Amino acid sequence: MSFTRIAQTFADYWPMFLRGSWSTLYISIIGTIMGSIIGLLIGVIRTIPVPERGIKKIIVIIVNAILSAYIALFRGTPMIVQAMIIFYGSAEALHIDMNRTFAAVFIVSINTGAYMSEIVRGGIISVDKGQFEAAQAIGMNHIKTMRYIVMPQVIRNILPATGNEFVINIKDTSVLSVISVSELFYQSKSIVGNTYHYYDTFFITCIIYFIMTFTVTKVLRYAEKKLDGPDNYILLGNQMQVEKPEDHVKKAKAAR
Amino acid sequence: MDSLIEVKHLSKSFGEHTVLKDIDFSVNKGEVICIIGSSGSGKSTLLRCVNLLEKPSGGEIFYNGENILDDRHDIYKYRTKLGMVFQQFNLFNNYNVLDNCVIGQLKVLKRTKEEAKEVALKYLKTVGMDQYINAKPRQLSGGQKQRVAIARALSMEPDVMLFDEPTSALDPEMVGEVLKVMKDLAGMGLTMLIVTHEMGFAKDVADRVVFMDQGVIAEEGKPEDIFNNPAQERTREFLSRVLEE
Repeated sequence: MSFTRIAQTFADYWPMFLRGSWSTLYISIIGTIMGSIIGLLIGVIRTIPVPERGIKKIIVIIVNAILSAYIALFRGTPMIVQAMIIFYGSAEALHIDMNRTFAAVFIVSINTGAYMSEIVRGGIISVDKGQFEAAQAIGMNHIKTMRYIVMPQVIRNILPATGNEFVINIKDTSVLSVISVSELFYQSKSIVGNTYHYYDTFFITCIIYFIMTFTVTKVLRYAEKKLDGPDNYILLGNQMQVEKPEDHVKKAKAAR
Repeated sequence: MDSLIEVKHLSKSFGEHTVLKDIDFSVNKGEVICIIGSSGSGKSTLLRCVNLLEKPSGGEIFYNGENILDDRHDIYKYRTKLGMVFQQFNLFNNYNVLDNCVIGQLKVLKRTKEEAKEVALKYLKTVGMDQYINAKPRQLSGGQKQRVAIARALSMEPDVMLFDEPTSALDPEMVGEVLKVMKDLAGMGLTMLIVTHEMGFAKDVADRVVFMDQGVIAEEGKPEDIFNNPAQERTREFLSRVLEE
């Protein structure tokens, strides 16, 4: 191993590294976002209070059972096996020739969705019961309570865990090389096929993975801070009479 | 008499445990009613049954003559007519003071943004919190939070205000500011139903005092009568216990 050889490998194959990195990022970003949406939806559905009687009760129970099965199944099996079954299974059994990138995004999404719905459930449980009651007391129904009061707080609370999922996804997309998705790990293997320099190539791969996960972590931390808002607030209509509350509201109106 | 809310034979049990037994009770327009009684006597449960945060096990509740426990009755619309103030404030943590008072008007009453803000500001002024419209709930003291919570409930312009021990979670020096606001509201002719441990306040402000004991209304009447010569032995016992402190 030498530094020059690493540099040489990078100089020769940087377009492949770049394409691989892009593919990895693309799959994990879309997968994480789709997974989070699935998780949030399932979280809302699973917290709907079960009606006491009638057809609605049966529907709610059946839907809950299906969702529980989905979560158990996808959390309980490795993603690499899911990838095999979904990609080759759909080709052999259903004769659907899935686009590999689509398959990759699909697999990461539903896998993340299963984990996220548990994270969201935890997030909803951790919101104080008083928030639900206060929302109901001003006449909000379940959907409005969730949409305007509970979910914004849940999203803030689960952001660290979501960042965790994102980082895991960036790394775990490497298993998708088994269905020949040209993400970073797959590209690295191709490069090695040309150069036979395992160490040099994967050293670069390692650094690229680290840069991606580290950046994502930092960006999410920044987002958390932004969401929390400023630590201080401006007191309006104080003795200096700079601005009265009415003016402030009017100004905000004009700005909108 | 034009009674706004009428509770008939209301009962509530949690599993085996019976909290309310056959309660008959009514709220008239413009009346200020204080519900007193020791902990566990069912005062808060009664209040929470009135706005259906707890589902009554039996009995009927009429609002303007309509049975709100009827399946076809729109409970969401009914709740907008009742403003609720909680012991633990329960301000929406994800909104600042102004938006706490705006969100319900916007999403439930479907008012316009401008109108909602004006209304919110009007009531924030009533409770003396209009300077703090930018603050988040976590940045406020207990007394300030409770005043904002009162403004939030008022912003929905309800027919009745329900207060569930509004000062019990406050530091002693902040109790005064909240009670003063409530006194002002009573002076404005608002219909109020207040569960409280503040006997002095009940004596001053209430038109009627309801004393609850072990899930039933033991005695009700004018504050002078209840406080000065209660008819029942248990009322006397309770009052001597709390007034001693």
